[in-house]
Amino acid sequence: MTAIWLIPLFPLASATLLLLSAGRLPRQVAAVLGAGSVGLAAVCVALTARAFLADGEVREFTLWTWMAVGEFTPRIAFYIDGLTVVMMSVITGVGFLIHLYSVEFMWEDESICRYFAYMNLFVGAMLLLVMADNLLLLYLGWEGVGVCSYLLVGFWYRDPANGSAARKAFVVTRIGDTAMALGLFLLFTELGTLDIQPLLAAADSQWQVGDTLPILATALLLGGAVGKSAQLPLHTWLPDAMAGPTPVSALIHAATMVTAGVYLIARTFGLFQLAPPTQEAVAWIGLSTLLLAAFAALAQHDIKRILAYSTISQIGYMFLALGVGAYASGIFHLVTHAFFKALLFLAAGAVIHCLHHEHNIFRMGGLRTRLPVVFWSFLIGSAALAALPFTSGFYSKDAILLSAWELPGIGHWLWAGGLLGALLTGIYSFRLVFVVFFGEAHTQPDHQPGWKMSLPLAVLCVLSLVGGLLVLPLGNVFPPSGHHAAGHTIEYISIGTPLLGLLLAYLLFLGRQLPVDRLVDSAPGRNLRNFWLSGWRIDQLYDALWVRPFTSLSRWWRNEPVDRIYNAVVAFTQWAHHKLAALQTGELRWYATTMVFGLMLLLAIMLRNAT
Amino acid sequence: MNGLQIPMEQVLALAGILFSCGLLGLMLRRNIIFMLMSLEVMLNAAALAFVAAGAKWSQADGQIIFLLILTVAAAEVAVGLGLVLQIQRRFKTLDMDQARRLRG
Amino acid sequence: MMEMLFYLAALVALLATVLALTRANAAHALIYLIVSLLAVAVLFFLMGAPFAAALEIVIYAGAIMVLFVFVIMMLNVGEEGVAREREWLGGRNWIVPGILSALLLLELLLALRHAPAATSGTAVAPKAIGLTLFGPYVLAVEIASMLLLSGLVGAYHLGRRFIVRRERKR
Repeated sequence: MTAIWLIPLFPLASATLLLLSAGRLPRQVAAVLGAGSVGLAAVCVALTARAFLADGEVREFTLWTWMAVGEFTPRIAFYIDGLTVVMMSVITGVGFLIHLYSVEFMWEDESICRYFAYMNLFVGAMLLLVMADNLLLLYLGWEGVGVCSYLLVGFWYRDPANGSAARKAFVVTRIGDTAMALGLFLLFTELGTLDIQPLLAAADSQWQVGDTLPILATALLLGGAVGKSAQLPLHTWLPDAMAGPTPVSALIHAATMVTAGVYLIARTFGLFQLAPPTQEAVAWIGLSTLLLAAFAALAQHDIKRILAYSTISQIGYMFLALGVGAYASGIFHLVTHAFFKALLFLAAGAVIHCLHHEHNIFRMGGLRTRLPVVFWSFLIGSAALAALPFTSGFYSKDAILLSAWELPGIGHWLWAGGLLGALLTGIYSFRLVFVVFFGEAHTQPDHQPGWKMSLPLAVLCVLSLVGGLLVLPLGNVFPPSGHHAAGHTIEYISIGTPLLGLLLAYLLFLGRQLPVDRLVDSAPGRNLRNFWLSGWRIDQLYDALWVRPFTSLSRWWRNEPVDRIYNAVVAFTQWAHHKLAALQTGELRWYATTMVFGLMLLLAIMLRNAT
Repeated sequence: MNGLQIPMEQVLALAGILFSCGLLGLMLRRNIIFMLMSLEVMLNAAALAFVAAGAKWSQADGQIIFLLILTVAAAEVAVGLGLVLQIQRRFKTLDMDQARRLRG
Repeated sequence: MMEMLFYLAALVALLATVLALTRANAAHALIYLIVSLLAVAVLFFLMGAPFAAALEIVIYAGAIMVLFVFVIMMLNVGEEGVAREREWLGGRNWIVPGILSALLLLELLLALRHAPAATSGTAVAPKAIGLTLFGPYVLAVEIASMLLLSGLVGAYHLGRRFIVRRERKR
């Protein structure tokens, strides 16, 4: 199998070509290059996956030694096991569909060349991230996708708001990345290697369960994962990141990049098993994030922000799964989420595209008959998101909830929280469907999506429906998560909760049986709604805690307090200059007199010394 | 012909008095021509001291320094008088208390 | 007899200098200055420096003072200039310069109090001066020639009526 190195090469080469062309390529060429390279990568991934599924053999592939500094010799090397195959398939498969969709979505944009360059660069970096054999190469991909995210969020850079959203995304994830870099330093100094498999083996033999060092190292890695995956303390960048083009949101901020944190934890799960407190923290972070984001999603009215909060919430589920040790279930949810969330974003993008860039859901309405393809896509996506029975989301979320239930100790609490989240998911996802596609029409679509948009939607619909039947080749990667022994009651509750959410959403937003308006119009209701609309006011909190002190500090420093000392010296010199310049009268006789006076003094001193 | 044997302190005292007179004139007069004359007096006083010292040791060096002072005086007077003409032309006066463009 | 001549010449030099610096009329002052220089030339001669005495008369009292005469004649200050000079020489202007130069003179005399012995009495012939001048002092000769050249260029430059011409051009 020598085609492995071709997988990241195709998108990277295409990105280089597109970047070097500086936008001079015709849009047809740009589209073919952009989508085609990812398609070729997808074909290579398919070949690799077929070979892997045939023999189940882990493949390692070394290209060259990156650098050699003493003991530190990271290689450009790829490690292909079940987890990598799954991630590569998602990235190139969903990525190709989204690129195809982008061809139509971005056709009118003048900088389509730049768009595909960034997108291909992203795919290349993300492939490096998941294929990396060592943590340093992984970190290269990690930062690469961060840069691409920054570039694409601020893609329409002429609007300052987009630029500031991009900066926010970059800076906030940078906090997590710094923690992760520190974690890598710690791992290298303690274990002497960054190659993942030797590292895990060394950690297993050198550290005991519950030691301080693994807890510290995993906490730092978790910091990186939390930043990249938009989990609780560092989640604020993701809703703002919706400023980018919608296919970007679908690819980067829903399907692939934001799940990199999940991948990182799953990849280094051996370390996390040595650190039970961190593992538990992962679960609690996941649970609190999923609830918080779900409540916030209830109150939003921008279609993309609803989906953004739902993404945060669903990644919370993945973290919950990782926290309770159900790694395979977490990755399974990652895959199904990639399908249905990409579907939802692309469908939302189609709505936005056909409605002249309208984002507010209350100005849509009644699109069920006018955009049937989009409606069915959205319905299927929402059903999978809400985990209605027999959709893909149902299988993955159900597995996570069951694993949580079976965890001794805190498991029941986690399960109950996850269940509440599932109820909320049902409500907000169908609120979206009912408000956008039913009721009265407020804006008329001016055209139907073309085949390049409809085909990815159709494929993703199928995947969202039947994705739950996939059997991921993760058996050899993760320890078996045990046999589900929960009773039927738990199963029925899991099935029933999303249906209850659907019913509630129907009663609230379509049937109008429940007096939701009166509730919202009351003072406490309005306050609660604004509270959730602002994302629990966390942005304002961070603003007060960090941003404003920082800006005031920098404003203080801008006045250069240190320079004031030197400025005082300068001012004194100038003052003295003005005073002394008064001696310069311009009168020749005055000069002569002062010179004589000085001569007299000198002579007096000489005489005194002589005697 | 040989010279006289004159006590050095008397010759040097004379040179000192002449020098002080030159200084007095320099500080006292406002007319630039008189200031230049005072300078000449001072230079001459210094030359007298040198020649006297040369005579004391009966060496030629004293007179050579006198020659150099003579050169300086000639050059100074040439430039100084050129300046006098320009000052008269620009300020229409020789009063150095009025020609004070260089004040700070 | 010759000593008397020396003291007489010294007295003449002193008186002529004081008179030269206190005249109101520049031409008169110049005549006194020439007298003073001639008296100093006598002193040089008496001290055994005949070459210096000759140069003092030829160059100092001759050439340099003639320059002064030319300039004074060119400026042609006149009667009112003399009156103004007289006014500037009045009472109070003397105080500070007088005190300062008196103090300086006092210090000079204090410093020269212990000057050794007397002049040797042997004359130094012009030949010896010439040999020394173009022997060890040849560098000084070069410097003096450069100084004279720069004085020449400076005097020529300043003497041109360039400012007047530029004003006319405007």
